[in-house]
Amino acid sequence: MTATPASATPAPATPVPATPSAEATLRGPASDPAQVSPALALGDDALVLSHRLGEWAGHAPVLEEEVALANIALDLLGQARVLLSLVGDEDELAYLREERAFRNLQLVEQPNGDFAHTIARQLYFSTYQTLLYGQLASGSGQFAPLAAKAVKEVAYHQDHAEQWTLRLGDGTAESHERMQRGLDALWRFTGEMFQPVDGLGIDCQALRAGWTASVTSVVERATLAVPGGPQTGAWTAGAGRQGLHTEPFGRMLAEMQHLHLSHPGASW
Amino acid sequence: MSSPTDWPLWEVFVRSRRGLSHTHAGSLHAPDAEMALRNARDLYTRRSEGVSLWVVPSAAITASSPDEKDSFFEPAGDKPYRHPTFYEIPEGVKHL
Repeated sequence: MTATPASATPAPATPVPATPSAEATLRGPASDPAQVSPALALGDDALVLSHRLGEWAGHAPVLEEEVALANIALDLLGQARVLLSLVGDEDELAYLREERAFRNLQLVEQPNGDFAHTIARQLYFSTYQTLLYGQLASGSGQFAPLAAKAVKEVAYHQDHAEQWTLRLGDGTAESHERMQRGLDALWRFTGEMFQPVDGLGIDCQALRAGWTASVTSVVERATLAVPGGPQTGAWTAGAGRQGLHTEPFGRMLAEMQHLHLSHPGASW
Repeated sequence: MSSPTDWPLWEVFVRSRRGLSHTHAGSLHAPDAEMALRNARDLYTRRSEGVSLWVVPSAAITASSPDEKDSFFEPAGDKPYRHPTFYEIPEGVKHL
C-alpha cells in the first residue's frame, strides 16, 4: 500500500474528505447500520489481521515460520486492498479512520500472545475465511471474482494453522497446554463470525456448521479439547462489526497509523 | 518452542516447469517432512519458481569429500573424447 493518496494534495494534519459520505465512512458513528458495507467488514478483517501477523516480523520462533506468517500477512493485505478500494480510497480508509469506524471482527484484533495463541486465532479465522470465500466464490455476487482468487490463498492459511495445531497439541506437555490455552482464550470471540452481514448473502447456519465440524475435527486430532464455553450471549465478545472494539485495538491502530498521520502524504 | 537447532535440516529441490528435472534450490529447518514441504513452498516458490517440490533430509545425503577431489574428478580432465563436442546440437533442443 503506498502512503500517498492518489490526489496527493498537500494535506492538512487531518485531511478532510471531500464528501459528507466519505466523512461518515472515516469517522462514522458506530450506531449507523447503513455503513456496515460487506466490503468494509471483510476488508477490515483482512487489514487488521494482516497487521497483527506483521507484528511477528523479527519475533517469530524460527526464520522459516517468520516467512510463513509474513506470507499470510501479505496475502491478507492484498485482499484488504481490493476490498477497501470498493469502498473508497484504500489509504484513507486504512490510515485515517478512527477506531469506531473499523468494522472488523474482534477476533482478528486480538494481540498475538505466544505462538500457540496466534495459531489458535489463525485456525479459527482461516477456517471461517475459507468457508466464507468458498460460499462467495460459488455465488454470483460482486465478491465472487475476488473470492475465487482468495479462496486458494486462505485454504493455505487454514492448512498452515491446522498443521501447527496438530503439532503443538500433540507435541510436548508445554506446547499442548499453550495450544489449549490459546483455543480457550479466543473461543468467546468466535460467535461473532456467524452474525449475518447485510448485503453479503451468506448462509450463516451452513457457515457455522461447516466451521464447527472442521475445527472440531482438527482440535480432536490434535488431542485437544474443543472449548466448552458459549460463543454467543452473555460472557462472550463481539460487536466489532458495529464498531465496538477491544482495548488492545486502539494501541494497534495507533502504531499502524502513526507514520501516515505524522507525515501526511509521505511516500518512498 | 524448541530452538531452531533442534530441527533437522532439509535440502529443497524445485522443478521449475514440466519436462525439467528437480534442481537443488537451498536448504531449510523444519520439524518434519510435511512442514519442510510447506516451508519450502514459502521460501522457494513465492515468485512462481516451481511446479513441484522435493524435500530430502540433509542427513540422508552422502556427499563426496573435497579430499577425494583429485582421485574422483581429475582423471576425466584429459579425456576430451568423452565430451560430445564433435556434434552440432540441433536447434530447438534447449536442455541437452
